[in-house]
Amino acid sequence: MSILINKDTKVICQGFTGKQGTFHSQQALDYGTQLVGGVTPDRGGEEHLGLPVFNTVQAAVDSTGATATVIYVPPFYAADAILEAVDAGIELIVCITEGIPILQMLRVKAAMAGTGSLLVGPNCPGVITPGACKIGIMPGKIHLPGVIGIVSRSGTLTYESVHQTTAQGLGQSTCVGIGGDPIHGMNFVDVLARFQADEQTQGIVMVGEIGGTEEEAAADYIKAHVTKPVVAYIAGQTAPAGKRMGHAGAIVTGGKGTATGKIAALKAAGIEVVNAPTDIGVAMKRCL
Amino acid sequence: MNIHEYQAKQLFQQYGISIPEGQYAATPEAALQVAQDLGGEGWVVKAQVHAGGRGKVGGVKLAKTLAEVTEFSQALLGQRLVTIQTDSFGLPINSLLIEKIYPIKRELYLSLVVDRGSERIIFIASAAGGMDIETVAHETPEQIISVSVHPAAGLQGYQCRKVAYALGLQGAQIKALSKIMQGLYDLFLAKDASQIEINPLIETHSGDLMALDAKINFDDNAVALHADILAMKDPSQEDDKENLAQQFGLNYITLDGNIGCMVNGAGLAMATMDLVKLKGGLPANFLDVGGGTNVEKVCEAFKLILSDSSVKAVLVNIFGGIVQCDVIAAGILAAIEQIHVAVPVVVRLEGTNAEEGRVLLSNTGLNIYAAEDLAHAAEQVVALAEAV
Repeated sequence: MSILINKDTKVICQGFTGKQGTFHSQQALDYGTQLVGGVTPDRGGEEHLGLPVFNTVQAAVDSTGATATVIYVPPFYAADAILEAVDAGIELIVCITEGIPILQMLRVKAAMAGTGSLLVGPNCPGVITPGACKIGIMPGKIHLPGVIGIVSRSGTLTYESVHQTTAQGLGQSTCVGIGGDPIHGMNFVDVLARFQADEQTQGIVMVGEIGGTEEEAAADYIKAHVTKPVVAYIAGQTAPAGKRMGHAGAIVTGGKGTATGKIAALKAAGIEVVNAPTDIGVAMKRCL
Repeated sequence: MNIHEYQAKQLFQQYGISIPEGQYAATPEAALQVAQDLGGEGWVVKAQVHAGGRGKVGGVKLAKTLAEVTEFSQALLGQRLVTIQTDSFGLPINSLLIEKIYPIKRELYLSLVVDRGSERIIFIASAAGGMDIETVAHETPEQIISVSVHPAAGLQGYQCRKVAYALGLQGAQIKALSKIMQGLYDLFLAKDASQIEINPLIETHSGDLMALDAKINFDDNAVALHADILAMKDPSQEDDKENLAQQFGLNYITLDGNIGCMVNGAGLAMATMDLVKLKGGLPANFLDVGGGTNVEKVCEAFKLILSDSSVKAVLVNIFGGIVQCDVIAAGILAAIEQIHVAVPVVVRLEGTNAEEGRVLLSNTGLNIYAAEDLAHAAEQVVALAEAV
């Protein structure tokens, strides 16, 4: 099996009829994702890409039985979209949107506490189980069904890890982009626990970056709970302190969140840390 | 986004947080007028730049006479101030804040920030104000107190009292601190701040509490929601190239090396910088061209990189997901046509339409190298930069 999603996962899209929603929904359909409809307020009853459009997430869930949603709405509407999905009982919410104000995410996370919904992102490429289900903006054709679980804070570094594990013939069980924002949904530990429990996953690639302390928490968790081989890479070893490196979450402040500290924590937990982002695939193959 | 101290204090005033009497001035004449209007025995003349550490490098002066106000204002205005938080060029002093002087009994510290670990807004306070708080936190962590605010409940009275008692305040001061903390919390939420810092928050001889300094940072993702905050933006305090980049939706940060980097995605951009360093080179910049890019954007990105005269070679690293490699290739060719490119350009394309992109770039007769893979590309660009 895989984690989070598989070939039977029914997915809807919020922001379905917009430019991004349309483009990536078509890509998902071409990949074979069970996309069953979409939501755009005031467009309910229409048909888009051959699928039904609903006014609300609840109506979409009631009609299609969808358990997952992908969100492409603009940043100032995204918090509303996430909470609408939570309210409709969606199990997996994947928010691609970049640029959501941090205080809005802070309130969303507080409101999600105690609900049964899982959030991936925001500001992430999404989740893919190769050959089965693609939810997000990743290029489908670089993936190969296989045995490596990939979890990453960065979109393009996820692609890089996929490319390398595909080139090594290993393939991927599931790839999860957890996003580059300081406050986000699933973290490394949440995903690592699922990869550890997943039979298909034989090895794990973890790509972190400067800022925050999630990599350090992941190191502790891996040491205590993960028996599968883990290869890690941390981006931003040359980044100067106090400068935000594109992602809102990628910043070293007050001497906290440095690459050096994260690498030391991971190594101390016995994890294989590669210095060059080009060595991820080779190292993973060696560790299996 | 950052604002000046005088602007932060204007916001403090709106939210009922007491500040010293004072006024902004952009000329020595205006500064003198402000001092005359304020009256009193002495004034502080503070250079307005977007950086801390001003006091240690002569950016904050105590004037005992009106003549000194004029003298210090003339000396500061038009100069650049180099502090521990700026680069070696420093920041231009285009304005001053002239304030009354108050007798200080104690210097305290108070700030609030979004704590990403707990996903809460937290207050941080210390009786050891006036110092670098990171040093205090490191050397004497017991002198730091923090309280975490639940977004649904909001700031509670007991939390303010807890901070007040820890700071050694008493009587009417407890109410005064609570008022300051509530004002800060309201301001933080209303304007989408990412950090507010008062260092020092002073206790005067008469027991009053007052924000002697004020620093506010705003969430870049939210600033478009606040026209009043956007109007406070001062481009003179920011890197020209970083400003220009922002206009084109590019993420650009100037660094010290000689290898220009153009990459899609923040993570990959950082990784590319790391790889260049690992291969013995030094990156001249961080540049993320972002997702849905186009020919114009790539063209501008290229111009931006090459406007830095220390750049000896350029590495383009694109992993096409949303962004298509042939679009990037067309952008590179357009840029080379528009501006004279004297330096070699190493290009690594992978992902969507990579092959089409490579075809576009080959046999152009230009100084472009299509690399086989990323490791090779990094080695090649380092070698080319050294050869110049």
